[in-house]
Amino acid sequence: MWQALYEELADRGLVVIAVAMDSREGDPLPWIEAAKPTYPALIDRDHRLAELYGIVNVPQAVWIDEAGRIVRPAEPAGAYEGFRKMNRATREMPEDVARLTTQARTTYLDAIRDWVRNGAKSAHAFAPDQARGHLPALTESAVRAQAMFRLGQTLLRLGETAEGQRLLQHASRLHPESWCIWRQGADVTDQGLAALPDFWERVDALGEKRYYAPVDMKGMP
Amino acid sequence: MVTLLTESGEYAASGAEARGEALWCPARDAEAATGWVAKPEGLCRGEVCVPLPAGRGREFVDGGRINLAALWRHLGRPVLHSDRGHVWVLAESAGDRATALASLQAPDFTLPDVAGRPHRLSDHRGKKVLLVTWASW
Repeated sequence: MWQALYEELADRGLVVIAVAMDSREGDPLPWIEAAKPTYPALIDRDHRLAELYGIVNVPQAVWIDEAGRIVRPAEPAGAYEGFRKMNRATREMPEDVARLTTQARTTYLDAIRDWVRNGAKSAHAFAPDQARGHLPALTESAVRAQAMFRLGQTLLRLGETAEGQRLLQHASRLHPESWCIWRQGADVTDQGLAALPDFWERVDALGEKRYYAPVDMKGMP
Repeated sequence: MVTLLTESGEYAASGAEARGEALWCPARDAEAATGWVAKPEGLCRGEVCVPLPAGRGREFVDGGRINLAALWRHLGRPVLHSDRGHVWVLAESAGDRATALASLQAPDFTLPDVAGRPHRLSDHRGKKVLLVTWASW
Protein backbone atom coordinates (compact mmCIF):
# COMPACT_ATOMS: atom_id res chain seq x y z
CA MET A 1 0.00 0.00 0.00
CA TRP A 2 2.86 2.43 0.78
CA GLN A 3 4.72 1.58 -2.42
CA ALA A 4 1.70 2.52 -4.57
CA LEU A 5 1.22 5.76 -2.63
CA TYR A 6 4.90 6.60 -2.92
CA GLU A 7 4.90 6.03 -6.68
CA GLU A 8 1.84 8.24 -6.99
CA LEU A 9 3.17 11.12 -4.89
CA ALA A 10 6.98 11.02 -5.10
CA ASP A 11 7.01 13.56 -7.95
CA ARG A 12 4.96 15.93 -5.81
CA GLY A 13 7.56 15.88 -3.05
CA LEU A 14 6.52 13.05 -0.72
CA VAL A 15 8.99 10.60 0.78
CA VAL A 16 7.76 7.49 2.55
CA ILE A 17 10.06 6.14 5.26
CA ALA A 18 8.77 2.77 6.47
CA VAL A 19 10.28 1.52 9.70
CA ALA A 20 9.94 -2.07 10.87
CA MET A 21 9.71 -2.21 14.66
CA ASP A 22 11.33 -5.63 14.63
CA SER A 23 13.99 -6.77 17.08
CA ARG A 24 14.79 -10.18 15.59
CA GLU A 25 16.99 -9.74 12.57
CA GLY A 26 15.41 -11.50 9.61
CA ASP A 27 11.78 -11.29 10.75
CA PRO A 28 10.87 -8.34 8.52
CA LEU A 29 12.94 -9.41 5.50
CA PRO A 30 10.34 -11.58 3.66
CA TRP A 31 7.82 -8.74 3.97
CA ILE A 32 10.26 -6.19 2.58
CA GLU A 33 11.24 -8.51 -0.28
CA ALA A 34 7.57 -8.94 -1.19
CA ALA A 35 6.81 -5.19 -1.03
CA LYS A 36 9.82 -4.29 -3.24
CA PRO A 37 9.98 -0.78 -1.81
CA THR A 38 11.78 2.00 -3.68
CA TYR A 39 11.49 4.23 -0.59
CA PRO A 40 13.74 3.73 2.46
CA ALA A 41 12.68 0.58 4.36
CA LEU A 42 14.43 0.74 7.72
CA ILE A 43 14.70 -1.55 10.70
CA ASP A 44 14.39 -0.33 14.28
CA ARG A 45 15.35 -3.31 16.42
CA ASP A 46 15.47 -1.32 19.68
CA HIS A 47 12.22 0.62 18.99
CA ARG A 48 14.02 3.96 19.12
CA LEU A 49 11.06 5.59 17.35
CA ALA A 50 8.90 4.64 20.31
CA GLU A 51 11.29 6.60 22.56
CA LEU A 52 11.41 9.61 20.25
CA TYR A 53 7.84 9.81 18.93
CA GLY A 54 5.75 7.90 21.45
CA ILE A 55 4.87 5.07 19.05
CA VAL A 56 2.83 2.42 20.92
CA ASN A 57 1.42 0.29 18.11
CA VAL A 58 1.76 -0.41 14.41
CA PRO A 59 0.90 0.86 11.92
CA GLN A 60 1.36 4.34 13.39
CA ALA A 61 2.65 7.24 11.33
CA VAL A 62 3.93 10.80 11.75
CA TRP A 63 3.58 13.52 9.12
CA ILE A 64 6.64 15.76 8.83
CA ASP A 65 6.72 18.84 6.59
CA GLU A 66 9.52 20.21 4.39
CA ALA A 67 11.02 22.15 7.33
CA GLY A 68 11.20 19.03 9.49
CA ARG A 69 8.19 20.02 11.62
CA ILE A 70 5.60 17.56 12.84
CA VAL A 71 2.19 18.37 11.38
CA ARG A 72 0.48 15.18 12.59
CA PRO A 73 2.01 13.38 15.61
CA ALA A 74 2.05 9.59 15.95
CA GLU A 75 -1.38 8.07 15.27
CA PRO A 76 -2.78 4.92 13.67
CA ALA A 77 -2.09 5.04 9.92
CA GLY A 78 -5.37 4.08 8.25
CA ALA A 79 -5.89 1.08 10.50
CA TYR A 80 -9.25 -0.08 11.83
CA GLU A 81 -9.56 -2.74 14.50
CA GLY A 82 -11.93 -4.92 12.49
CA PHE A 83 -9.98 -8.00 13.55
CA ARG A 84 -11.64 -7.70 16.96
CA LYS A 85 -15.00 -8.45 15.37
CA MET A 86 -13.94 -11.23 13.05
CA ASN A 87 -14.96 -14.81 13.61
CA ARG A 88 -11.86 -16.23 15.26
CA ALA A 89 -12.49 -19.76 13.99
CA THR A 90 -13.22 -18.97 10.33
CA ARG A 91 -11.34 -15.61 10.28
CA GLU A 92 -14.39 -14.19 8.46
CA MET A 93 -15.16 -10.51 8.81
CA PRO A 94 -18.74 -9.20 9.01
CA GLU A 95 -19.52 -7.11 5.94
CA ASP A 96 -20.05 -3.82 7.81
CA VAL A 97 -16.70 -4.27 9.56
CA ALA A 98 -14.94 -4.95 6.26
CA ARG A 99 -16.50 -1.73 4.95
CA LEU A 100 -15.21 0.28 7.93
CA THR A 101 -11.74 -1.20 7.41
CA THR A 102 -11.73 0.00 3.82
CA GLN A 103 -13.11 3.37 4.89
CA ALA A 104 -10.29 3.88 7.41
CA ARG A 105 -7.62 3.11 4.82
CA THR A 106 -9.20 5.21 2.06
CA THR A 107 -9.82 8.17 4.36
CA TYR A 108 -6.23 8.11 5.56
CA LEU A 109 -4.68 7.80 2.09
CA ASP A 110 -6.92 10.58 0.73
CA ALA A 111 -5.85 12.80 3.64
CA ILE A 112 -2.19 12.25 2.73
CA ARG A 113 -2.95 13.14 -0.91
CA ASP A 114 -4.69 16.31 0.26
CA TRP A 115 -1.74 17.27 2.46
CA VAL A 116 0.78 16.66 -0.34
CA ARG A 117 -1.33 18.84 -2.67
CA ASN A 118 -2.18 21.65 -0.25
CA GLY A 119 0.54 21.61 2.41
CA ALA A 120 -0.23 23.65 5.52
CA LYS A 121 -3.57 24.69 3.96
CA SER A 122 -4.78 21.10 4.02
CA ALA A 123 -7.56 20.51 6.54
CA HIS A 124 -5.59 17.45 7.66
CA ALA A 125 -2.35 19.28 8.49
CA PHE A 126 -2.57 20.45 12.10
CA ALA A 127 -1.64 24.02 13.04
CA PRO A 128 1.17 24.04 15.66
CA ASP A 129 -1.07 24.34 18.73
CA GLN A 130 -3.38 21.67 17.37
CA ALA A 131 -0.41 19.37 16.70
CA ARG A 132 0.83 19.92 20.28
CA GLY A 133 -2.61 18.99 21.54
CA HIS A 134 -2.35 15.65 19.76
CA LEU A 135 1.11 14.66 21.04
CA PRO A 136 1.29 11.32 22.83
CA ALA A 137 2.07 11.49 26.56
CA LEU A 138 5.70 10.62 27.26
CA THR A 139 5.39 9.68 30.91
CA GLU A 140 8.26 8.83 33.26
CA SER A 141 7.24 5.18 33.29
CA ALA A 142 6.85 4.99 29.49
CA VAL A 143 10.29 6.52 28.95
CA ARG A 144 11.84 4.18 31.53
CA ALA A 145 10.08 1.24 29.90
CA GLN A 146 11.56 2.05 26.49
CA ALA A 147 15.06 2.27 28.01
CA MET A 148 14.47 -1.09 29.71
CA PHE A 149 13.25 -2.56 26.41
CA ARG A 150 16.49 -1.44 24.76
CA LEU A 151 18.57 -2.98 27.55
CA GLY A 152 16.58 -6.22 27.28
CA GLN A 153 16.99 -6.45 23.49
CA THR A 154 20.73 -5.83 23.81
CA LEU A 155 21.02 -8.67 26.34
CA LEU A 156 18.99 -10.99 24.07
CA ARG A 157 21.44 -10.28 21.25
CA LEU A 158 24.27 -11.17 23.62
CA GLY A 159 22.59 -14.51 24.27
CA GLU A 160 21.49 -13.61 27.81
CA THR A 161 17.97 -14.84 27.25
CA ALA A 162 16.58 -15.14 30.78
CA GLU A 163 17.55 -11.64 31.88
CA GLY A 164 16.59 -10.16 28.50
CA GLN A 165 13.10 -11.68 28.60
CA ARG A 166 12.62 -10.61 32.19
CA LEU A 167 13.44 -6.99 31.24
CA LEU A 168 11.00 -7.08 28.30
CA GLN A 169 8.21 -8.31 30.56
CA HIS A 170 9.04 -5.67 33.16
CA ALA A 171 9.06 -3.00 30.45
CA SER A 172 5.61 -4.09 29.31
CA ARG A 173 4.25 -3.82 32.87
CA LEU A 174 5.72 -0.32 33.15
CA HIS A 175 4.15 0.76 29.85
CA PRO A 176 1.04 -1.38 29.35
CA GLU A 177 -0.33 0.92 26.59
CA SER A 178 2.50 -0.18 24.31
CA TRP A 179 1.44 -3.03 22.07
CA CYS A 180 4.86 -2.76 20.43
CA ILE A 181 6.63 -3.78 23.64
CA TRP A 182 4.11 -6.50 24.46
CA ARG A 183 3.87 -8.07 21.00
CA GLN A 184 7.61 -7.93 20.36
CA GLY A 185 8.15 -9.91 23.56
CA ALA A 186 5.29 -12.34 23.01
CA ASP A 187 5.43 -15.85 21.57
CA VAL A 188 4.31 -16.04 17.94
CA THR A 189 2.23 -18.34 15.71
CA ASP A 190 3.69 -20.43 12.88
CA GLN A 191 3.09 -17.39 10.69
CA GLY A 192 5.21 -15.23 13.00
CA LEU A 193 2.25 -13.35 14.46
CA ALA A 194 1.97 -12.49 18.14
CA ALA A 195 -1.65 -13.67 18.00
CA LEU A 196 -1.73 -16.66 20.34
CA PRO A 197 -4.48 -16.94 23.00
CA ASP A 198 -2.58 -14.56 25.33
CA PHE A 199 -2.89 -11.85 22.65
CA TRP A 200 -6.64 -12.33 22.33
CA GLU A 201 -7.02 -12.24 26.10
CA ARG A 202 -5.16 -8.96 26.23
CA VAL A 203 -7.29 -7.54 23.38
CA ASP A 204 -10.53 -8.69 25.03
CA ALA A 205 -9.43 -7.06 28.30
CA LEU A 206 -9.55 -3.69 26.49
CA GLY A 207 -13.35 -3.85 26.65
CA GLU A 208 -14.67 -0.58 25.25
CA LYS A 209 -11.16 0.86 24.85
CA ARG A 210 -9.72 0.98 21.34
CA TYR A 211 -6.85 -1.17 20.15
CA TYR A 212 -5.89 1.60 17.72
CA ALA A 213 -6.26 5.01 19.33
CA PRO A 214 -9.01 7.15 17.76
CA VAL A 215 -7.75 9.38 14.92
CA ASP A 216 -8.90 13.00 14.71
CA MET A 217 -9.62 13.04 10.97
CA LYS A 218 -12.91 13.74 9.22
CA GLY A 219 -14.46 10.54 7.86
CA MET A 220 -12.34 8.20 9.99
CA PRO A 221 -14.39 5.45 11.67
CA MET B 1 34.55 -3.74 29.14
CA VAL B 2 31.19 -2.03 29.47
CA THR B 3 28.67 -1.47 26.66
CA LEU B 4 27.04 1.96 26.89
CA LEU B 5 23.71 2.58 25.18
CA THR B 6 23.17 6.31 24.77
CA GLU B 7 20.97 8.61 22.72
CA SER B 8 23.52 8.63 19.90
CA GLY B 9 24.33 4.93 19.79
CA GLU B 10 26.20 2.05 21.32
CA TYR B 11 29.74 2.37 22.68
CA ALA B 12 32.24 -0.18 23.93
CA ALA B 13 33.98 1.53 26.83
CA SER B 14 37.01 -0.66 27.36
CA GLY B 15 38.31 1.12 30.45
CA ALA B 16 34.94 1.57 32.17
CA GLU B 17 34.24 -0.15 35.47
CA ALA B 18 30.84 -0.78 37.03
CA ARG B 19 30.72 -0.93 40.81
CA GLY B 20 27.21 -1.39 42.14
CA GLU B 21 25.25 1.68 41.08
CA ALA B 22 28.41 3.56 40.03
CA LEU B 23 29.77 3.57 36.49
CA TRP B 24 33.32 4.90 36.41
CA CYS B 25 34.34 5.78 32.89
CA PRO B 26 37.67 7.11 31.60
CA ALA B 27 37.25 10.73 30.51
CA ARG B 28 37.88 9.87 26.86
CA ASP B 29 35.20 7.13 26.79
CA ALA B 30 32.76 9.34 28.67
CA GLU B 31 33.18 12.14 26.17
CA ALA B 32 32.93 9.85 23.12
CA ALA B 33 29.75 8.18 24.39
CA THR B 34 27.95 11.13 25.97
CA GLY B 35 29.74 14.38 25.13
CA TRP B 36 30.19 15.19 28.85
CA VAL B 37 33.63 16.34 30.11
CA ALA B 38 34.99 17.40 33.50
CA LYS B 39 35.99 21.07 33.81
CA PRO B 40 36.90 23.25 36.79
CA GLU B 41 33.32 24.62 36.82
CA GLY B 42 31.74 21.16 36.93
CA LEU B 43 30.63 18.64 34.34
CA CYS B 44 29.99 20.16 30.95
CA ARG B 45 28.53 19.27 27.60
CA GLY B 46 29.08 21.92 24.94
CA GLU B 47 28.12 25.27 26.46
CA VAL B 48 26.14 23.70 29.29
CA CYS B 49 27.88 23.15 32.65
CA VAL B 50 26.38 21.48 35.70
CA PRO B 51 28.08 22.43 38.98
CA LEU B 52 28.70 19.47 41.26
CA PRO B 53 27.01 19.41 44.69
CA ALA B 54 29.30 20.97 47.31
CA GLY B 55 31.48 18.43 49.06
CA ARG B 56 30.30 15.58 46.82
CA GLY B 57 32.62 16.13 43.86
CA ARG B 58 34.37 12.80 44.38
CA GLU B 59 31.08 10.97 43.74
CA PHE B 60 31.20 12.34 40.19
CA VAL B 61 34.82 12.88 39.21
CA ASP B 62 37.83 10.98 40.45
CA GLY B 63 41.21 11.41 38.81
CA GLY B 64 40.71 10.93 35.10
CA ARG B 65 37.36 9.18 35.49
CA ILE B 66 33.72 10.28 35.52
CA ASN B 67 30.90 8.43 37.26
CA LEU B 68 28.38 8.63 34.43
CA ALA B 69 25.65 6.91 36.45
CA ALA B 70 25.90 9.53 39.22
CA LEU B 71 25.85 12.31 36.64
CA TRP B 72 22.77 10.84 34.94
CA ARG B 73 20.90 10.50 38.23
CA HIS B 74 21.92 14.06 39.15
CA LEU B 75 20.40 15.19 35.83
CA GLY B 76 17.17 13.30 36.62
CA ARG B 77 17.60 10.90 33.72
CA PRO B 78 16.93 7.15 33.71
CA VAL B 79 19.97 4.92 34.30
CA LEU B 80 19.56 1.15 33.86
CA HIS B 81 22.08 -1.65 33.83
CA SER B 82 22.29 -5.41 33.47
CA ASP B 83 22.66 -7.54 36.60
CA ARG B 84 26.37 -8.01 35.92
CA GLY B 85 26.87 -4.32 35.11
CA HIS B 86 28.31 -5.02 31.65
CA VAL B 87 25.55 -3.17 29.74
CA TRP B 88 24.22 0.26 30.75
CA VAL B 89 21.52 2.48 29.29
CA LEU B 90 21.93 6.22 29.81
CA ALA B 91 18.58 7.55 28.61
CA GLU B 92 16.96 10.96 28.19
CA SER B 93 14.40 12.12 30.75
CA ALA B 94 10.67 12.07 30.05
CA GLY B 95 10.63 15.85 30.52
CA ASP B 96 13.38 16.40 27.95
CA ARG B 97 11.69 14.09 25.47
CA ALA B 98 8.30 15.77 25.94
CA THR B 99 9.89 19.22 25.54
CA ALA B 100 11.62 18.09 22.35
CA LEU B 101 8.34 16.81 20.89
CA ALA B 102 6.45 19.94 21.94
CA SER B 103 8.86 22.02 19.84
CA LEU B 104 7.33 20.05 16.93
CA GLN B 105 10.80 19.76 15.40
CA ALA B 106 10.82 16.08 14.36
CA PRO B 107 13.41 14.28 16.51
CA ASP B 108 16.22 13.17 14.22
CA PHE B 109 17.34 9.56 14.03
CA THR B 110 19.57 7.27 12.01
CA LEU B 111 18.43 3.70 11.30
CA PRO B 112 19.76 1.02 8.95
CA ASP B 113 18.02 -0.47 5.92
CA VAL B 114 18.16 -4.21 5.18
CA ALA B 115 21.63 -3.84 3.68
CA GLY B 116 22.82 -2.17 6.88
CA ARG B 117 23.15 1.22 5.18
CA PRO B 118 22.35 4.06 7.61
CA HIS B 119 19.55 6.52 6.77
CA ARG B 120 19.01 9.80 8.57
CA LEU B 121 15.61 11.48 8.77
CA SER B 122 17.05 14.99 8.39
CA ASP B 123 18.59 14.05 5.02
CA HIS B 124 15.04 14.34 3.62
CA ARG B 125 14.59 17.97 4.68
CA GLY B 126 12.88 19.88 1.85
CA LYS B 127 10.38 17.08 1.24
CA LYS B 128 7.27 15.97 3.04
CA VAL B 129 7.91 12.78 4.98
CA LEU B 130 5.39 10.11 5.84
CA LEU B 131 7.18 8.28 8.66
CA VAL B 132 5.26 5.05 9.01
CA THR B 133 5.89 2.11 11.33
CA TRP B 134 4.99 -1.54 10.82
CA ALA B 135 6.18 -4.90 12.14
CA SER B 136 6.27 -8.56 11.16
CA TRP B 137 4.64 -9.59 14.43
